Amino acid sequence: MKWSEFFVTGEPLIYAADVAIVLTMVGIVFVLTYFKKWKWIWNEWLTTVDHKKIGVMYIICAVLMLFRGGVDALLMRAQLTAPNMNFLDAQHYNEIFTTHGTIMILFMAMPFIIGLMNIVVPLQIGARDVAFPYLNALSFWLFFFGAMLFNISFVIGGSPDAGWTAYFPLAGNEFSPGVGNNYYAVSLQISGIGTLMTGINFLVTILKMRAPGMTLMRMPMFTWTILITCVLIVFAFPVLTVALALMTFDRLFDTQFFTMANGGMSMLWANLFWIWGHPEVYIVILPAFGIFSEIVSTFAQKRLFGYKAMVYSIVGIAFLSFIVWVHHFFTMGAGPEVNSVFSITTMAVAIPTGVKIFNWLFTLRKGKIRFTTAMLWSLAFIPNFVIGGVTGVMLAMAAADYQYHNSYFLIAHFHYVLIAGVVFACFAGLHYWYPKMFGHMLNERLGKWTFWLFMIGFNVCFFPMYFLGLMGMTRRMYTYSDGLGWTPLNVVATVGAVLMGIGFIVLCYNIYYSARYGERDMTGDPWNGRTLEWATASPPVHYNFPVTPIVDDLDAYWVMKKKQGGFQVKEEELKPIHMPSNSGRPFWISVAFFVAGFGLVFKWFALAIAGALFIVLGLILRSFENDDGYHIGVDEIKRTERAARKGA
Amino acid sequence: MGEAVHRYDETMPLEYRTEENRLNILGFWIFLGAEVVLFATLFATYLVLFQRTGSGPTAQELFQVKDVLIETLLLLTSSFTCGLAIFEMRRGRLAGLLAWLLVTLLLGIGFITFEVREFIHYVHEGATMQTSAFLSSFFVLVGTHGAHVSLGIGWMIFIIIQLLQRGLTVKTARKVFIVSLYWHFLDVVWIFIFTLVYLLGMVV
Repeated sequence: MKWSEFFVTGEPLIYAADVAIVLTMVGIVFVLTYFKKWKWIWNEWLTTVDHKKIGVMYIICAVLMLFRGGVDALLMRAQLTAPNMNFLDAQHYNEIFTTHGTIMILFMAMPFIIGLMNIVVPLQIGARDVAFPYLNALSFWLFFFGAMLFNISFVIGGSPDAGWTAYFPLAGNEFSPGVGNNYYAVSLQISGIGTLMTGINFLVTILKMRAPGMTLMRMPMFTWTILITCVLIVFAFPVLTVALALMTFDRLFDTQFFTMANGGMSMLWANLFWIWGHPEVYIVILPAFGIFSEIVSTFAQKRLFGYKAMVYSIVGIAFLSFIVWVHHFFTMGAGPEVNSVFSITTMAVAIPTGVKIFNWLFTLRKGKIRFTTAMLWSLAFIPNFVIGGVTGVMLAMAAADYQYHNSYFLIAHFHYVLIAGVVFACFAGLHYWYPKMFGHMLNERLGKWTFWLFMIGFNVCFFPMYFLGLMGMTRRMYTYSDGLGWTPLNVVATVGAVLMGIGFIVLCYNIYYSARYGERDMTGDPWNGRTLEWATASPPVHYNFPVTPIVDDLDAYWVMKKKQGGFQVKEEELKPIHMPSNSGRPFWISVAFFVAGFGLVFKWFALAIAGALFIVLGLILRSFENDDGYHIGVDEIKRTERAARKGA
Repeated sequence: MGEAVHRYDETMPLEYRTEENRLNILGFWIFLGAEVVLFATLFATYLVLFQRTGSGPTAQELFQVKDVLIETLLLLTSSFTCGLAIFEMRRGRLAGLLAWLLVTLLLGIGFITFEVREFIHYVHEGATMQTSAFLSSFFVLVGTHGAHVSLGIGWMIFIIIQLLQRGLTVKTARKVFIVSLYWHFLDVVWIFIFTLVYLLGMVV
């Protein structure tokens, strides 16, 4: 391979990105060296096994990936603003919509949700960490290096260009000969392994580590959604693992799974992909429902309406998520019987979802509503998500879907559910739990600016796309000719996208502004919260709870406040606390995964084997390790608690 | 976490005595649940593709009954001896545990040896992964199982070393128990491979 093929060349945008990447790396190295922070970053962050720090790292990555995916989106909107534009060529456009989709789902939505669940779930169930803290660190670093491997593709070797669904035969060697789709297969595999381990970890954590008295039916709704999400992860992600492995074999070793000759079957890929892919979108939306449930209940200052119905509807949605996948390709021609079955199962999803919508509305009824930023996002979610849901039922009608399939109507639909559902939830959750993460509030005024800019921009951007779809504009077309009548609505959509971009910039400024001038949260309970995470200091001390809280009802902390005026800790009840030790191994094992993955992408098998040997070495060292963690003495707990509670 | 980690419950078997061990064992059961899905996906792929032989040989033309039967006997026996090892562990006998683990290990190595021979034979017949969709899915399904067994062999060797170094403790007992769960699981998968791949391949 020549160097000119190794590095992507010929595009001014790419050269600018090269320069930006080098400058950023130099900048990071300079700052860390100048402020003598290398030791700090290693001890406090890279080797940490603390669920709260791991959660923060997930969210930082998610925001960075939101930027990357957002830039992709703006480039696409720029290209489509007017007919016959030459801003991007067809190949570049293909790469950008592929990375936009993949990054937004797998490297933005997933880590944002997983970050929030890392921070919140152990606190909500009254635990000191997750069941397997070391594994949790490994999960994060595998996600991180998977994401990095995916992201370097656009300057080294070339990005994947077969769509985020990577359908065969397009994604096969014959039609995509470069390394781009190797990046897709390998990097998703690496981060997918991390996600699977997160699923197992939180399943055990929630099942086994709840505070005494917290029965399943007394769990906070967010924890419930995470429990069910973890079940989905455990049963859906192995399918992705296999699908990507088969893709890797087809691309690297010329096997015949999805090829056009020798018996291969390209539609097998579509089936495997969506058997994972449909549960995957519920993996991101169910926690979003949980976040909204917490926020609506807190700011309506009422217990969640229909708690049990909420739980059963999550379980129902999770069950249905595994039997609807064919609706992604009704046009494959499976026949009316098959299509009818999947059409009905798909429409059935609307029933439990409708139950949830009404429960949120009834929670609001007669509540003393406080319109905080988090609450605004949650209130805006309801009508916007309903628009996405109703158009989803329209798409579920198999016969009608022949008209909508792969048109901008579909694009509008899934952005209405994913943005109004997941992204709104991420922003709502970020504002809501921000004091718990960092000890200070996000500025409400700037938060509301972000909300209005982003929410209006979102509707201006995506609502016209329903009509563009009905007018015949199909997905993934890189340009269109004048005279089709699509230009005005495309201009409107681009304006909306720019508004969303401005909203994002205000959010970033808010993070900076609040860090400097934001109101400190001295109480640990700035919103008059209902669940146990608000019983800790903001940010919580590293062992979370000095003594394990006892739960005797739903909304455990709310009841505690009513009965005893808060979470009471008697110093004579303190016992030494056992904590896990930090470890650098999850970090370097994941580096080894990155190296092995890079070797596979370029078919440099010696490098891949070297990386694999380091992974095996890491596993062996872990097995022989004899580290039982350490204990925090009672005196130290007393000192920490007095310091943490001084503000209260 | 919490103070419960070091509290021993003497009424339980050794591997269940600490909270940490119980969490680990439950976590591993859930992992096996994920493994079931992984193999189910590979089986589904195989069943979709196994009659799509292209210009290559069919299953009936290819499979060798004798080798497969020997493999099956070796692996099923190894699952039994692995159970005996756990039985000895529950009685607190380190020597018996080590002896049966060693027998399990040897049977596992025997299984892998015969499987590799079988694969080499097929390749010499001109039936490679690249020949047809049937053979791609056959090699990946059976090969994934073989890779799992090989990993299990390596894992078991390191656990035997730890047993020799540290004796039978709450921690080593947990490790032996978990590797035994893994080993039995692979046995179950093989029964499905034997039925759905080899037996089906000989009649269809």
